[in-house]
Amino acid sequence: MANTDIIIHDEKDNVGVVVIEKITPSQDCNCWVMENDKSVQIQSKDEIPLGHKIAMIDLKEGDTILKYGHDIGKVVKSIKKGEHVHVHNVKTKKW
Amino acid sequence: MEIPKTFLGYKREDGRSGTRNHVIILPVDDISNACAEAVANNIKGTIALPHSYGRLQFGADLELHFRTMIGTGRNPNVAAVIVIGIEPKWTKRIVDAIAVTGKPVEGFSIEGVGDIDTIAKVSKKAQEFSIWASEKQREERPISDLWISVKCGESDTTSGLASNPTVGNLMDKLEPLGVHLCFGETSELTGAETVCEKRGKTPEAQEKFKKTWNAYNDFILKEATDDLSESQPTAGNIAGGLTTIEEKAFGNFQKIGSRQFIDVLEPAEEPTKGPGLYFMDTSSAAAECVTLQAAGGFNIHLFPTGQGNIIGNPIEPVIKLTANPLTAKTMSEHIDVDVSKILSREMNLDQAGDELIKATIRVANGRLTCAEALGHKEFVMTKLYRSA
Repeated sequence: MANTDIIIHDEKDNVGVVVIEKITPSQDCNCWVMENDKSVQIQSKDEIPLGHKIAMIDLKEGDTILKYGHDIGKVVKSIKKGEHVHVHNVKTKKW
Repeated sequence: MEIPKTFLGYKREDGRSGTRNHVIILPVDDISNACAEAVANNIKGTIALPHSYGRLQFGADLELHFRTMIGTGRNPNVAAVIVIGIEPKWTKRIVDAIAVTGKPVEGFSIEGVGDIDTIAKVSKKAQEFSIWASEKQREERPISDLWISVKCGESDTTSGLASNPTVGNLMDKLEPLGVHLCFGETSELTGAETVCEKRGKTPEAQEKFKKTWNAYNDFILKEATDDLSESQPTAGNIAGGLTTIEEKAFGNFQKIGSRQFIDVLEPAEEPTKGPGLYFMDTSSAAAECVTLQAAGGFNIHLFPTGQGNIIGNPIEPVIKLTANPLTAKTMSEHIDVDVSKILSREMNLDQAGDELIKATIRVANGRLTCAEALGHKEFVMTKLYRSA
C-alpha cells in the first residue's frame, strides 16, 4: 500500500486533509477516501502542513465546502485545485 | 476483541461503583476555600476542591451551583465528603442531599467560630474519614457500572479524522453492554445542530435538544461581539487546520459514533432514564464541561485532543487520546492513548477503539492517568449570569 498523504472523509467532499508532516508545492500526493476505501491522486500547488486542507477541485467564490459530506462553510476567495484551503479563503456561514 | 465483563471498582452504599476513592473537602463558597485547603493540607488522603463562587447567586444560577456541589459529593468516585460553608443553611442543604447516597458526609460552618477552630474541628473528622476510606477495597464490578463522559479539546482536523471517531467506536461497542454515556458542548455543535438533533432517540429527546441549542444560540446572538469568531474556532484549532465552527462541529460529533441520545440533561443533572447515551447542556470550555459531567455522576472521562489540551479533574479521571503524531511526540507526558497510526493507516478504527477500551478499563481499575500523575485537578463551576 502506498503511503497516504491526504485523507478524504466522504466521497462528496471537495477538500482533503494532509496527514503527513507537510506536503510541498508540486508534490504528487496519494489520497485515501475513508468512506469507500478508494484511492485518488492530486498534485499540490502550495506547501500545506499536517491537519490542513487541500482543494480537490477548483472552487469559486460563494461555493460550499463539503467535509464529512456536510456543509462546513463558504468560499470567499476562489481556490484552485491543489491549493491550501483555510481561513484566508473560507468563512463560516454562521456569523 | 472480547470486552471484559467486569472492572475493579469501589462499591458504594447506593449500589454504584467508583473508579476512585477520594475523600473530598468541599467549600460551599469562595470564602471557605482557605479553611478547606488548610484541612486538606493537615490530613493526608483528602483533597480540597476550591472554587470561586457561592455567594449572592440567585435563581437558575444558584440552583446550578447547588446541583454542581451536591453532584460532586454524590459521585461514586468520592468515598466521603466534608462540606464547609460560611453559614449553616446552604451547608446543610448540600450535606442532606449528599447523605441520601448513604456515604459518610458532615457539614461545618465558619460563622461565629472562625477559621482556626473550624480547621481543628474539621481536621478531626477528616482524619476519621480518610482512615475509614483507606480500608475500602476494589472488587469486581459489572462493566455497566462505568459511566463514561466525553469531551474533546484543542481539537484539530486529526480529532475529526481519528481520535473522535475512536471514541465513537468505543461508544458503539460499550453502549450495548449497558454503560451510561454522556456528551456535551452545546456551543461546539453549532453548524451540526440539525444533524445532531436527528440523533435523538425519541421526538421528546429531539425537541429538548432543539430547545437547548436554540436557547444557547439566542444568548450568543444577543451577547456576541466581533471576537466570537476569534474564540470559535480557537487560535489552537486554526493552527491545527480547522477553518470554521461547522467543521469543528462535525468533527466533534464523531465522538458519539452511530449512537442515539435518549435524553437531554441540564448542566450537572444526574441521568435517570437508565443506560445509554445522554446529551448534557454544557459550555465547551474543557474544565467547566468535565466538572459538570462529573457532577452528573460520570466516573471516567475520555478526552480526545489534537493540538494538546492538558486538562484533568479532581474526582473523575480524564484519559487523553490523540491522533496527531506531533502532539503524541512533543506532549507525550499528557497522552494516555496514541492513535496517530490511524492516519498512516497502520491501525484502523476498530483496533483503535479496542485499544481505548483496554486503556479505559485499566484506568477504571486504578491506573493513574497522565493528568492525575501530573496533578491536574481543574474544578471549575459554570456561572450562568452575574451575582446579585
